[in-house]
Amino acid sequence: MNAMPRDTVATTGPLWAKRSGLQRLEGRAVSIFLVICTLVTALTTLGIVIVLGTETVRFFQVSHVGIGEFLVGHEIEFPNRAGGGPIHFGILALVWGTFVIAAGACVIALPIGLLSAIYLSEYAPRRLRAVLKPALELLAGVPTIVYGYLALMMVTPALRALLTPLGVHVDTFNALSACIVVGVMIIPMVSSLSEDVLSAVPRGLREAAYGLGATKFEVSTKIVLPAGLSGVVASFILAISRAVGETMAVVLAAGRQPNLSLNPLKSVETMTAYIVAVIGGEAAPESPEALSLFAVGMVLFGFTLMLNIVSGLVLKRYREVY
Amino acid sequence: MTTNSLVEDYHPRRVLRRVASPLFKLFCLLATFSGVVALAVLLGALISQALGKKPGRPWYAIGQNAVDLARFLWALTGRSQDIDAATAGFKAGVVSSLWLLVLVALFAIPIGVGAAVFLEEFAPPGRWRKIVQTNIANLAGVPSIVYGILGLSLFVRAFGVPNLAMGYTLWAGALTLSLLVLPVIVIAAQEALRTVPKPLRQAALGLGATRWQVVRDHVLPAALPGIMTGVILALSRAIGETAPVLMVSQADSILTPPRGPWDDYAALPVEIYNYAKEPAVAFQTVAAGGILILLVMLLSMNAVAIVIRHRYGRHSRG
Repeated sequence: MNAMPRDTVATTGPLWAKRSGLQRLEGRAVSIFLVICTLVTALTTLGIVIVLGTETVRFFQVSHVGIGEFLVGHEIEFPNRAGGGPIHFGILALVWGTFVIAAGACVIALPIGLLSAIYLSEYAPRRLRAVLKPALELLAGVPTIVYGYLALMMVTPALRALLTPLGVHVDTFNALSACIVVGVMIIPMVSSLSEDVLSAVPRGLREAAYGLGATKFEVSTKIVLPAGLSGVVASFILAISRAVGETMAVVLAAGRQPNLSLNPLKSVETMTAYIVAVIGGEAAPESPEALSLFAVGMVLFGFTLMLNIVSGLVLKRYREVY
Repeated sequence: MTTNSLVEDYHPRRVLRRVASPLFKLFCLLATFSGVVALAVLLGALISQALGKKPGRPWYAIGQNAVDLARFLWALTGRSQDIDAATAGFKAGVVSSLWLLVLVALFAIPIGVGAAVFLEEFAPPGRWRKIVQTNIANLAGVPSIVYGILGLSLFVRAFGVPNLAMGYTLWAGALTLSLLVLPVIVIAAQEALRTVPKPLRQAALGLGATRWQVVRDHVLPAALPGIMTGVILALSRAIGETAPVLMVSQADSILTPPRGPWDDYAALPVEIYNYAKEPAVAFQTVAAGGILILLVMLLSMNAVAIVIRHRYGRHSRG
């Protein structure tokens, strides 16, 4: 190649310089690095599944708790000594507590989040919107420990001041104040995701409806909302998933009383709160009690993963294509 | 059909329609402001809690109150954990959280941006890319406490292998938090890379640049403001997380701030949690002060992100 006269290059090979060896080496090294980076994300998922899986299996082996009892039982009992009777562990009370908190939070967050999404996409003047959207995002950036503190120190006393004169007893740790703060916490999630979808509805649809004499209310609720329904539902499901996985606010405000009651003024224990309680407790690392947190974590992971997948499917499958 | 019924047809429920629309707008407006207002009220209460009762001074003496508050917060950053609320503070917490910030940035930024670059610029479209993408989206939705469980088994205990176990050190905490914010960084960086116009790449490729040269010299600089914004927001999330750090640290007994990454640590949010658990009223004031320190740290990070977005945002759109 090198010995060839210059004018024959065009007929035998490309006119441009070939990649130097260094460039090729660099390209190869970079590709390998980038693939490794991407693999880290896949390995994280694998790590979660392996850790939760193996330790959950060990929990069942060590504790002699049946899967049936685990799923439908509601007693949690770890005798202190080896001879202190059998271990009882049922997750039902924890699942119920989680459900109460998530449902209560949704009662607050879903309507408020949806209405504010509609306001931001349909009503708000451009300038107000430019202020409100970042403000809502700031709300989402407040650490959950702050919400927990506020629930314990301010929401619960406020509830007491409000309800005690009516003769209603409010526990120091109660589900309602946790519901309220978790609700406030997930509002931005609902509103910003829904707003994205609602603003993406084409203007032509709105203008056609206005042309037929519809009011703004009718356009919002009968045209825009149905058109963006898939995104709204997806944001609802994601918000539920977030409420299910919420930890610190619930730990601080709702306490740790495994409870199957519907009374929101009593203390409940969620799956996340149970995990924190075991970590903060005295259980030895290999004891059944310490291993039980992995089993609970497995169920929690399963729940949220299912909700996230369903949310993604809803968004994909029922998306309106304009 | 009479004229009357025709009118009925064209103006169904006329009054209701006229009332419903502004009423609905009002509801939407109230809903939008309720969250923001609730937070503002609670933060106000928080500040007054941290300030404590000052006899003879009204709340609107803002200048004096601000000076007092700043003094109080500054004093808190200089005191260690204590069972006496009067001398308790967040010295170890602030230092630990700053350590975590640096270490998480060291891990999560290169890996997160690398994965985003691979997925956007190098990976061939197809089934595998879709699977990886779905996986990342799902990882972003995994509750933070599950990452705490992962960190406890993988980093702190290393499945019981003694030579690999890091114990409750800063490394373990930083690696756990890095995995937690990784999907957030990947998604934000991908979005930033997607805003870089295609012709920029085509022009560089057409001039003979290699794929890596295109990315390094043209795409990454153009996407940098967007990536930085996402990275800062992700890091501020890492600093504010409590539940996972609670699982990979033993914060109760940390009196001196860590000197290096192999030291034990007590992150600021975990110290706040430990004070907030105490029933004594005096500790509530300490906890409120800690929260304000944390919020000041987070808000200044957010402010940097906003400045970057505003200053450089317009150029990158090409």
